[in-house]
Amino acid sequence: MSKLRVVHYINQFYAGIGGEDKADHKPEVREGKVGPGMAFQQAFGDEAEIVATVICGDTYFNENIESASAEIISMIKQYKPDVVICGPAFNAGRYGVACGAVAKAVAEELKVPVVAGMYPENPGVDMYKKYAYIIETANSAVGMKKAVGPMASLALKLAKGEEIGSPKEEGYIARGVRKNYFASERGAKRAVDMLIKKIKGEDFVTEFEMPVFDRVPPAKPVKDITKAKIALVSSGGPVPKGNPDHIESSSASKYGKYSLAGIYDLNPENGQTAHGGYDPVYANEDLDRVLPVDVLREMEKAGEIGSLHEYWYATVGNGTSVANAKKFAAEIAKDLLAAGVDAVILTST
Amino acid sequence: MVKEIEKTGLPVVHMCTVVPISLTVGANRIVPTIAIPHPLGNPALPREEEKELRRKLVRKALVALQTEVDGQTVFDK
Repeated sequence: MSKLRVVHYINQFYAGIGGEDKADHKPEVREGKVGPGMAFQQAFGDEAEIVATVICGDTYFNENIESASAEIISMIKQYKPDVVICGPAFNAGRYGVACGAVAKAVAEELKVPVVAGMYPENPGVDMYKKYAYIIETANSAVGMKKAVGPMASLALKLAKGEEIGSPKEEGYIARGVRKNYFASERGAKRAVDMLIKKIKGEDFVTEFEMPVFDRVPPAKPVKDITKAKIALVSSGGPVPKGNPDHIESSSASKYGKYSLAGIYDLNPENGQTAHGGYDPVYANEDLDRVLPVDVLREMEKAGEIGSLHEYWYATVGNGTSVANAKKFAAEIAKDLLAAGVDAVILTST
Repeated sequence: MVKEIEKTGLPVVHMCTVVPISLTVGANRIVPTIAIPHPLGNPALPREEEKELRRKLVRKALVALQTEVDGQTVFDK
């Protein structure tokens, strides 16, 4: 039997092209395996071969989702894969979105099975889990070895058209697909068994997990913006020069509150970015590109807004856990309310 | 972060480049921006033009803050 054909999608970093300074790298295709492809090839053994690797910079992809997807699909198509592997992206947000979008396009347009790998909090998971099998991974590349095994074995199964087990058995993130099967006991008995376990305080596994709807209804709009106090908050890491609170460049454990007193313009002398997930050159040159203090100060003077709140709040949204982001924002919100702020502009990179 | 602040009743406008992420995260008022490393600027433009671009984006954000919305809304005009 001839070997199954695999095409692998990775970003500029894993291809060894470069870090954030190369994140605008345009899609390219190389024959054979690259970077993490070595580990996948080893896991496939003689059963499958990575015939090509498609590479794209994360920033380029996310700024051009539709055209980049189309270009990548045409590259993948030439190699007639039996299965496509994306990533793993771990907790890298833009990489996760890229992997998810490529996976969706492969599944829908090429009708070829796809396996991706991500950490559950990666935004790519919620966006694309319906369209592809996403193996749950650790939050950083430290988990590469553990990710490759389940990704490779699921990919082989899909390529061979074998039956795929439950999310738990195969290690992928539940896609919301319901499958009928014959249980050994009837429903009423299973429900009562579960209830008894619940009453006893024992562990039980529900047969139908309820989806979590984490939505907040829109707040009422500002009535008169010329009287409103506006606050600036950012996850793009804008901090005073020198990053006095040492906010981490990724997986931030804190946020900062910084005074805007006497600041009418941000510049390389008074501000910089602490964010390690994008090329910092432009923000360090002129931080107004992330936190628009200069124009808001002018608007304040011209009476277009009531006032600019005297502090800004910043953290780094790079691989930062949802739990931490929630905690920071709850504290920030408390502070904003206490200060009589009427509305918030939150910028993200 | 957007949700946690908006929960308290303060309207929040999210200015970001990758709108699909903002939609997934659950922002209600979204203003798309220029690029990931420089959402509110464009280093390719002369300084004054760049500032004008930023002013326009911020004005759009102010309009969003004054607009009643009943669900997630992208202010892309």
